[in-house]
Amino acid sequence: MSLTLAIVNGRVIDPASGLDAPCDIAIADGRILALGAPPAGFAPQRVVDARGLVVAPGLVDLCARMREPGAEGALRGEMRAALAGGVTGLACPPDTDPPLDEPGLVRMLRQRSREAAGARLYPLGALTAGLAGQALAEMHTLAQVGCVAFCQTAALPANLGTLLQALRYASTFDLPVWLRPVDASLVGDGVAGDGPLASRLGLPAIPVVAETVALHTIFELQRTAGTRIHICRLSSAEGVALVRAAKREGLPVTADVSVQHLHLVDENIGYYDSNCRLDPPLRSAQDRAAIRAGLADGTLDAVCSDHAPVSQEDKLLPFGEARAGASALETLLPLILAWAQAQAVPLVRALGAVTAAPARILGEDTGMLAPGRKADLVVFDPQASWTVQPEAFHSSGHNSPFAGQTMTGRVRYTLVGGEVRFEAAT
Amino acid sequence: MQVLTRSPQLNSDGGLHHLLSIAELPRPLIERILTTADGFIAVGTREVKSVPLLRGRSVFNLFFENSTRTRTTFEIAAKRLSADVYNLNVAASSTAKGESLLDTIDNLTAMQADIFVVRHAQGGAPYLIARHVAPHVHVVNAGDGRHAHPTQALLDLYTIRHYKGAFEPLSVAIVGDILNSRVARSDIDALRTMGVTDLRAVGPLTLLPAGLETMGVRVCTRLEEGLRDADVVIMLRLQNERMRGALLPSAAEYFRNYGLTPQALRHARPDCIVMHPGPMNRGVEIDSAVADGPHSVILPQVSFGIAVRMAVLSMVASSQQEGAQRA
Amino acid sequence: MLELDAEAIYGELARRVREHIAGSSPVLVGVHTGGVWLAERLRADLDIAPEVGILDVSFYRDDYSQGGLSRGVRPSRIPFDINGAHVLLVDDVLNTGRTVRAAMNELFDYGRPARIELAVLVDRGGRELPISTSLVGRTLEVPGDVSVVLSRDDDQRLQLRLERAAGA
Repeated sequence: MSLTLAIVNGRVIDPASGLDAPCDIAIADGRILALGAPPAGFAPQRVVDARGLVVAPGLVDLCARMREPGAEGALRGEMRAALAGGVTGLACPPDTDPPLDEPGLVRMLRQRSREAAGARLYPLGALTAGLAGQALAEMHTLAQVGCVAFCQTAALPANLGTLLQALRYASTFDLPVWLRPVDASLVGDGVAGDGPLASRLGLPAIPVVAETVALHTIFELQRTAGTRIHICRLSSAEGVALVRAAKREGLPVTADVSVQHLHLVDENIGYYDSNCRLDPPLRSAQDRAAIRAGLADGTLDAVCSDHAPVSQEDKLLPFGEARAGASALETLLPLILAWAQAQAVPLVRALGAVTAAPARILGEDTGMLAPGRKADLVVFDPQASWTVQPEAFHSSGHNSPFAGQTMTGRVRYTLVGGEVRFEAAT
Repeated sequence: MQVLTRSPQLNSDGGLHHLLSIAELPRPLIERILTTADGFIAVGTREVKSVPLLRGRSVFNLFFENSTRTRTTFEIAAKRLSADVYNLNVAASSTAKGESLLDTIDNLTAMQADIFVVRHAQGGAPYLIARHVAPHVHVVNAGDGRHAHPTQALLDLYTIRHYKGAFEPLSVAIVGDILNSRVARSDIDALRTMGVTDLRAVGPLTLLPAGLETMGVRVCTRLEEGLRDADVVIMLRLQNERMRGALLPSAAEYFRNYGLTPQALRHARPDCIVMHPGPMNRGVEIDSAVADGPHSVILPQVSFGIAVRMAVLSMVASSQQEGAQRA
Repeated sequence: MLELDAEAIYGELARRVREHIAGSSPVLVGVHTGGVWLAERLRADLDIAPEVGILDVSFYRDDYSQGGLSRGVRPSRIPFDINGAHVLLVDDVLNTGRTVRAAMNELFDYGRPARIELAVLVDRGGRELPISTSLVGRTLEVPGDVSVVLSRDDDQRLQLRLERAAGA
C-alpha cells in the first residue's frame, strides 16, 4: 500500500548511525523519504503523533518459530505476535515439520508469509537433509529460493565428518552456517543447567562442557573450512570466553543469545516451573553476568527472542518431560529496555542488539533508519507499564517465564514497508 | 517471575498439607511427625492393628515407577488408618498413550480421591500434581526421579533416633550411588535439618554429584575413610542401569571398593548401626554377613516405615487449605 | 471464683471406688494425661497389682476432621490382656462423653473386655452421649465456656482450676 506517512514529534533512535534525537520521519512508497524536515510539498495521507514515544527501526529477530510447516495456519498468529512485539523481520529456523530442506517448502512458507502481511520472513534452511546430520541439504538451491543461512537446530551433527563437509560445501557458495553449540552426547539425559539448583531438584544436569566442547569443535573445523559461522544461543561464561578468543583470532564468527538468558537464571525454575525449561538451559548468575558483559564488549553481537510457542499439554508436565521453549516475541522489546535500564546501557546501543546487529548478520537491508531505506519501523511508549498475561498473547504459545510480571515498554505502531501493520488499541 | 516462592507443601498455618520434600520442612514439624509415629508403633503391636482415623477417606497409590515394597508399606499404612486404598500401577507408557498426567489426576479426583501417594520417574512430578489438585486433596511423594523420597528419610530419622537418641553428635556415612539417589538427597536434607554436622558421602567420583560440600557433606572416595568412627552407615542400592550407563565398570569391582563387608565395618564405631532403604543387592553394595549381622537394623526400618507413613498420611489428611471442601 | 480442693475431691472418689470394687479385681486404664495420674493414685491407694494401662485417644476422636491430630500424641500402652478383663477406665473430667466413647472404642481394639466401668474426678455435666457413672469425686455445674483443668504440682499433689476459654 503506497501510503505517504509522517511520524512526528518522536524521539528517533537509529543504532546504525548512532542517532538519538527528536526528529520527524517522512515515508513514501514503502521507504523512508526523509529524516527531519520533509521535502517541500510533502502531504502525508496519515500523520502519526509520536509525542512521548520512541521511533526505532523495527526489531529484527534472529530466531522466531512460526510452527509452519507443521501446524496449519499457525504462521498467521505468530506473525501477529511478531508485529505486536515490534518485530518487522524474523529468521525462522528449519526445525519445522517437515524440516526446511526442500525448495518447495521454502517457497510455500514465503508465500504464506507474504499473505499474512506480517513481519518479513528470512527462512533458515536445514544444513543436512531432514536435519538428521547425515547427508547434506541442497544448500545452493535452497539459497536460490530465499534461505539466508543454513543450520542445525538442536546440536552439532554426531558425525563430525559430515559437519566438516557441510561447512566446506557452504563455503563453496559463501553461504553462512548457523550452529547451536551443543554436543548431544555430553547433554545426555540432562534437562537443566549443571549447578546447585539441578542438584537440589534432582534434575539430570547439562554440563557446561556440552557447550564448550562443541564450540572448540566448531572453531577448529572453521579454521579448516573458512566458513562464515553464526553461533546460536550461548548460555555459559566459558562459552562467551571462547567466542571472544575466536573473534580475537580473527575467525569469521558472530554470536547471539536469547533474551531469556539475558534475564533469567536457573534459580528461576523455582519449584519445577516448566516455563523455565529452555534450550539451552538457564545457568548461573555468573553466566548471566558474562553474557551481559559479552554484549557490552561486542563479543556477542545480537539478542534474539528464540520464540517457541508450546501448547499447554506440552508444558503442564513434569519438568523433565516438558517441551523446552518460551513464547517470547511479545516480551522481547520490554526485556531489552529492562536490560538497558538495569545495566545502564544507552538505549541506542541496547536497541542495536535487536536491529542493526541482527540485520548485519542476516546481510539484509533492514534494521536501520535512513533516507532511501525500507520503512520498517516500530513506535513504542518507553514508559508504558503493563502486566504480562500470556493468555492474552497474540501467539498461540502462552508459555512465558515472565507471566504475571510487570514490564515497561509497549509497542504502539509497527510498520513494514511503510504500511502500518500493527496498531495498539488505546 | 512466576516463581513459586512459598513451599506448596505447607498450609497457611505451617501444617503439613502435602509431603513433597523433606528439604523445606522445619525441624519442629519433623519432630512432630516422629512423635506421632511413636503413637502408631504402639498400634502395630496390638491385635487390632488399625485405628479409625482415616475411615471414609480414599488413598490412591499412583505408582508411575514400579515398586512393590514402597507401595505395599503405604497400602498397609493407609489400611491401618482404616482408609480405603486403591492401587494404580500406571506404567509410564500409558501416560504417553494419550491420557496426560493431569487428566489422570482429574479423573481420580472425580472418584473422590482424598490422598494421592505418587511415585514418578520425573523429579518434580508431585509438585505439578500438588499445584493442580483441589484444595481438599493431598499429595504424598513416594519418590520422584532423583529428587526426593521424604518418607524414606523420615523413617531413616526415626530409626536413627530409636537406636541413637540425639542427632547432633552423630557421624553418619552415606555410601553408594548418591548422584542418582533420591534417598541420599532426602537423607542429607533431613540429617542436616536435625543438626547432624559430620555427614559423609562415600562413593566413586562418577556417582557423586557436584556441590555436596556446599550442602555440608564431606566427600570421601575411599570407604575406610568414610566409615571411620561412624555411628550410622546408610548403604544405598546400586542399580544395574548404572553399569550400562558407563558410570561403573562392574558390580564386582564396585563391591571390592565400596561393598560393606565385616572388615570394612571395623572402621566404624563398634556400636554403629547399618541401614539400607532396600531392596538389597547382596554381594554388590553389602555383604550378607553385615546385612544379617548384629549391626544391621534393616528389618526394623521396615516396621518403622509403616508407622512413619501412618503419621504422614494422618497429618496431611487433617490439613485444611482455604477453599477446601470435600465433595 | 469457685475454689476446688482437688485432693479432697480425689479422696471422695477413692472412697467410692474402694466401696464399689470390693471383692473384684479390676485393672486400671487411665486416659492420658489426667486420667493416668488418677489411675496411678488409685492403684497405690487401693493396692491394685497390675500396672496402669495408658490410653491416648487421639486416633479415635470424632473431631479429627476439624482439628487434626493434637500436638502431643503419645503412644497408648496396655501392658496386660484386655480379653475378659474387668476394666476400670479413669479420666479427670467427664463432660460431653466423647472422650470416653473414643477410649472405649480404642479399648475394644485391644481385645474384648468382660466389663468396663468408669471413674472420674469431676462430672461437669453437658453430656452429648448416653454415658454416665456413679463413681464420681464431685459433680459440678460449670458454664459452657469454662474448662475444668486438672494439674499436678511438684509434690505430686493434684490441683483443679477453672479456665475461661479465650474466644471459644
